[in-house]
Amino acid sequence: MIELRGVSFSYWDKPVLKDVSFRVDEAEMVVIMGPSGSGKSTILRLILGLEYPQRGQVLINGQNICVMKDQQKQEIRKQIGMVFQDGALFDSLTVGENVGYYLLEHSSMRWPEIAAKAREMLGFVGLDADEIGDTLPEELSGGMRRRVAIGRALLSTNPKVMLYDEPTTGLDPHSTETVLGLIARLHEEKSIASVIVTHQIVDALEIADRFVVIHEGELAFDGSLEALRTSADSRVRDFLAPFRMSFGRVAAKRFIDLQ
Amino acid sequence: MLATLARRPLYLTETLEQMYLIGVGSLLLVTLTGVFSGQGLALAFSQELATFGAKDYLGRIVCMAVVREMGPILTGLMIAARVAAGITAEIGAMKTSNQIDAMVAFGIDPLKKIARPRLISLIIMVPALTVICDTIAILGGWVVGRFIANVTSTTYWAQVFLKLNYGNMLMGLFKPFCFSFVIAFISCYCGFTSEGGTKGVGRATTNSVMFTSIVILIVNFLITKILGSMIKGYL
Repeated sequence: MIELRGVSFSYWDKPVLKDVSFRVDEAEMVVIMGPSGSGKSTILRLILGLEYPQRGQVLINGQNICVMKDQQKQEIRKQIGMVFQDGALFDSLTVGENVGYYLLEHSSMRWPEIAAKAREMLGFVGLDADEIGDTLPEELSGGMRRRVAIGRALLSTNPKVMLYDEPTTGLDPHSTETVLGLIARLHEEKSIASVIVTHQIVDALEIADRFVVIHEGELAFDGSLEALRTSADSRVRDFLAPFRMSFGRVAAKRFIDLQ
Repeated sequence: MLATLARRPLYLTETLEQMYLIGVGSLLLVTLTGVFSGQGLALAFSQELATFGAKDYLGRIVCMAVVREMGPILTGLMIAARVAAGITAEIGAMKTSNQIDAMVAFGIDPLKKIARPRLISLIIMVPALTVICDTIAILGGWVVGRFIANVTSTTYWAQVFLKLNYGNMLMGLFKPFCFSFVIAFISCYCGFTSEGGTKGVGRATTNSVMFTSIVILIVNFLITKILGSMIKGYL
């Protein structure tokens, strides 16, 4: 469904990604991990067509988004839901307007109709529309903002794939669990493929089918949890070293025998 | 970019909202600027003209100075300080918090949604505010002329209308029209290209006001020089 082929990208003269290739199939949940500044978020921006690689191709359903015109790109984006870091909610709009934003802009529906859909979506992501529908995003907690952002992405594009940029960063354990639960639920109930960028390894281990590790812009690993655990690559081992304890705990929780 | 700005959707609600924010929001500032600059000018000119026994020409001088130069410049600079800073800070903050990217992801062109309503509002409101500033400045000049310099109202207004000709009015309206483009383009550009978090937004806002002010002064000089020589016979 999504494939990066030999993608290299740099901001001005600073290389960010070097010859990165991997693919994400339908209904698959892939976590992209790596230290801060390793180029993880840039991958999501490339998939969405917000940035263009200097070399390589970004294929969505076999079509290269890098060479598309705006109109074509827009059609492709309808299949992709994006949850930006910290939600990126429009701070001049209420929560309800944020969730119904796409319909407000692109449909001929009247506001009461859109508001009803927004309320329904807020309920789906576990939020009380009566309580927060008319509030501004700044009044919400971090976890609520992420859930509103997920609701907005879902109502916007009816996506086949969701991209999450650091969905749990800065959240307390309870909010983290709620957001991860929602991501897992979406994945299972709607068979939506998910690409999650995070540097919070424990969260990643809990939910993903496949793992991609980016190290200094290079693809250091692409494989299963078991393969990740047994990887002999020094970059992967160094990256996972501080999390060995958590690794064991989470792996045990997922009934994987690490011994 | 201009071709993009001409395409639908037109975002009329946003444009009207911006017209209100720019126009009504700047009204007090422009009024105060007009009153005090008009009175200051009249006071300075009346003292100087009195030494030549030409006090009766006060209305003519004030009108010409205000309509042709001071009104457009002062209004332009005031709007630059108030509106350009606001536009850059708002767009910069949206960029920092990924709201611009979110818009693009939802199929909305930020140039159409954010830049165009501000440009159109400025094109309409800057000339309108300039006319208000001019009117109030000339009225301020009349107050000084009538009650301090002892110029009769009839003489003052006769001299004012003598210089309120097509040439001066054309120049007085063409300048703010050009300034509105300067303010819109520089402030939006600084906002969309701001980088480096809140510090970057602050830097972009400072640059926006600085560059807008300087470019307004340069454009003013060029228009006075070029348009002035083109319509010399009508001034």
